[in-house]
Amino acid sequence: MELKASNISFSYNKNRKILQDFSLSVNSDQIIGLMGDSGSGKSTLCKIMAGYISHYSGEVTLEGKQIPDKDFYPVQLIFQHPEKTMNPKWKMKKVLNESWTPPQDLKDTFGLKEHWLTRWPNELSGGELQRFSILRALNPKTKFIIADEISTMLDAVTQVQIWEALIDHCKANNIGILAVSHDKDLLEVFCDDILYFDEVNNL
Amino acid sequence: MSKLLEVNNLSISFTQYVQGLNRHDSKVITDLTIDVDEGEIVAILGSSGSGKSLLAHSILGILPYNSHVAGEIRYEGQVLDQELKEKLRGDEICLIPQSVNFLDPLMKVSEQAIGECKDENEHKEKKLRQREIFDKYGLDESVDDLYPFELSGGMARKVLLSTALVGNPKLLIADEPTPGLDAKSVKETIEDIRNLKEDGKGVLLITHEIDVALKTADRIAIFYSGYVIEINNVENFKNSENVLHPYSKALIDSLPRNGFNLTEGVQPLDEVSGCPYYENCPIRLDKCEKNKPELIDHKGIMIRCFNFEEVNNGT
Repeated sequence: MELKASNISFSYNKNRKILQDFSLSVNSDQIIGLMGDSGSGKSTLCKIMAGYISHYSGEVTLEGKQIPDKDFYPVQLIFQHPEKTMNPKWKMKKVLNESWTPPQDLKDTFGLKEHWLTRWPNELSGGELQRFSILRALNPKTKFIIADEISTMLDAVTQVQIWEALIDHCKANNIGILAVSHDKDLLEVFCDDILYFDEVNNL
Repeated sequence: MSKLLEVNNLSISFTQYVQGLNRHDSKVITDLTIDVDEGEIVAILGSSGSGKSLLAHSILGILPYNSHVAGEIRYEGQVLDQELKEKLRGDEICLIPQSVNFLDPLMKVSEQAIGECKDENEHKEKKLRQREIFDKYGLDESVDDLYPFELSGGMARKVLLSTALVGNPKLLIADEPTPGLDAKSVKETIEDIRNLKEDGKGVLLITHEIDVALKTADRIAIFYSGYVIEINNVENFKNSENVLHPYSKALIDSLPRNGFNLTEGVQPLDEVSGCPYYENCPIRLDKCEKNKPELIDHKGIMIRCFNFEEVNNGT
């Protein structure tokens, strides 16, 4: 299966273009890394590919077909700031189960503790919240994961644990990953290919 | 001479309602001892959720209402109580917060960086300084009039940094100033933090990025599950052989450039009677399960472990 973005152009206002003729493709068995300066439009691209923004020109296709807007979106985005993606008035159990109910062994591999489920989002640390948002995105219907700086909140030991668990799960279930990060060393460890944002963006 | 900031045996716990009216006290920080001198940068590294940000918040007195703090914080020899905290924060003690949510969503970013001013002249002065700092971080004039939601993650981070640097703090507490920044801006940030040190300011740098800590700090403290487990000089952190605690070793070995080695295990849930790292420790002794090691001074290095000497003789 192939997730393909072709000739994407986008701007928030007339004065400044963010993306110009941007093309990129990820296969199910691949992990592609993406690097670039802050403010260059990496997160915008992620949002477009995951269906959060609709008024762009160009095309995002899955297996050559446009992705239908209804139903579960097979491309899931994991955000840079997990605290912004959770309803502050929902307890963590509701936050997680909004997407699906993961089996216990998966919760264990991500180090998710049972008693966190009864807490509110503001009672957990950034790293703890990020485990929830990763697990939430791994719904069985997910075909691609876009990971936008997911491990910057985590310490080095946890970073390894999270990435190993995510990659193991994705390899086993044939899920492709687009990993956005500033950490070149990190991307070089597990990516099949690393793209540099400025080289792909035709501004 | 008294140190700029001293934290002695700090503990923080929270009261939570678990089910209905059942209250539960959870201890997040158990025993924290750390100090920062003038012209010194102390970096704090540690596992996620080990209480690093809470330490910063307790120094500024902005913990939520359901928290209980015990222990002592001293600033220039004076006990730092809530009244003094409120007087000093924003002027002498500044915080760079961890989350970009700390920006006011309804205020233009340039005004946020300038902050509170007594009169027109002070505003003008600070405006110039704010422009200077924004320029240095590559935020051009069009950014001044934007609101936080219009910024990218990295740009919002830079604004947060500027808010602290526009003032003239004696003690800067930087709670993860660098994630989401590209390499060039990280370099600028490191440079700025170093400049503060040159000016005789104290910096408490909380970070996950060991590289940032290595490039700036004089001493590095390692947190684990609410304890300080090791305070060591920065030279010893270049590779895992010279650090003493097994968790510190694991932290360094798990860096991408050092092999991305997987270490199993997570922090304990509740307060434990023995060493907090007992469950995952490769060099544990029987006594570690029930007895809590104290933070001891070993040739100028503070270490909380019963068995560190054996390992370090072994390697």
